[in-house]
Amino acid sequence: MTEAIAYFQGRTCPYHPPAGYQPLRDAGPLAHVTLYDGRKVWAVTGHSEARTLLSDPRLSSDRQNPAFPAPFARFAALRQVRSPLIGVDDPEHNTQRRMLIPSFSVKRTAALRPQIQQIVDGLLDRMLAQGPPAELVSAFALPVPSMVICSLLGVPYSDHEFFEEASRRLLRSRTAEEAEEARIRLEDYFDELVAHKEKTPGEGLLDELVHDELRTGALDREDLVRLAMILLVAGHETTANMISLGTFTLLEHPGQLARLKAEEGLLPAAVEELLRFLSIADGLLRVAMADIEIGGQVIRADDGVLFPTSLINRDDGAYPAPDELDVGRSARHHVAFGFGIHQCLGQNLARAEMEIALRSLFDRIPDLRLAVPAAEIPFKPGDTLQGMIELPLAW
Amino acid sequence: MRITIDTDVCIGAGQCALTAPGVFTQDDDGFSELLPGREDGAGDPMLREAVRACPVQAITVADD
Repeated sequence: MTEAIAYFQGRTCPYHPPAGYQPLRDAGPLAHVTLYDGRKVWAVTGHSEARTLLSDPRLSSDRQNPAFPAPFARFAALRQVRSPLIGVDDPEHNTQRRMLIPSFSVKRTAALRPQIQQIVDGLLDRMLAQGPPAELVSAFALPVPSMVICSLLGVPYSDHEFFEEASRRLLRSRTAEEAEEARIRLEDYFDELVAHKEKTPGEGLLDELVHDELRTGALDREDLVRLAMILLVAGHETTANMISLGTFTLLEHPGQLARLKAEEGLLPAAVEELLRFLSIADGLLRVAMADIEIGGQVIRADDGVLFPTSLINRDDGAYPAPDELDVGRSARHHVAFGFGIHQCLGQNLARAEMEIALRSLFDRIPDLRLAVPAAEIPFKPGDTLQGMIELPLAW
Repeated sequence: MRITIDTDVCIGAGQCALTAPGVFTQDDDGFSELLPGREDGAGDPMLREAVRACPVQAITVADD
């Protein structure tokens, strides 16, 4: 355990796992890593072991458990309070998830496609009228999922500058104090929004939750406010990163992009491959509630367990030539959305957004290219969702 | 062959309907459901993949 490498490390290339994680891949399927505070936790890199463990009820997501590992300093701001859905275990988690499942079903998501297309078309119209050049994150990658989740939840998009900035601080600030302040500001915002919806019901998932769950006492006010915050943050930051990093990655793999353009039917598979290859939520955490034997090792009760999705999704036992982007491969069974009871609630919405955004972007602007050399384009540090900070494009 | 879906366990991820749309769908509440007439899997080659894709192992297949 003495030679455990540090986690999280920054990527050197925005679409590859950090080179410094290589010893973990060599050691697999389970090894140890050292977190920022010096704590050693298990890192699971084997695809089969990760799927088994992520569906094991003996691994807990309860962040308020003192034994739950802290991945970075700002986490202290998030663990003081209960995080419904993502930070609780069953049966509580199951009750909360069931309130949300109908709104994110395959059918409901399919019904949103025309609206997503309209949003995408409007943003591309504006980008084409104003450019070239264009900065894709602010002009397209962030507004697409932001507008979609606002409409779904019933949050006024006119407040987007506030919540996008607060989300950024929550997910990327260096200190616990700054993250804590962002969390409180977001909670205050949603507290007011819920109060408004109680008086003046509108159309959206939050309005439904106020009516069906808050009034009946199935969900208390504090949980509803935090749930709203989690859905909003998870609903736009994640997909925004996939659109920006997905675009960058395809532009850097012109052969793969040409294949995708030539064969429209490849798009859903290409989106799965991008999810696998990019693994933007790179480091899911759990704490063991009991001893668990796996991969010739024993995870002890109270041990922290980390899932580096970028390495799990590049296990060569699961995917041949895993470090190559191949839009024609079957990337099925990747864990980019997690696995087990906490697997991403919004995954089908995310798939629809990515398909429509990427197809429309490359259809409307066939000669899209990076406006500056790839090496000059800033991307996010290792301890947050991976993606581009900016993406200057020309055509 | 008989397919069983444990709807108490199902989390509505939709992986079954996505992987084997010839066998699985989702009901109006978002939970997994077998398509009418496909209760035996209808020989769909993607059936086993759909079972494996379920993040909570809610689907079991029993061979007759």
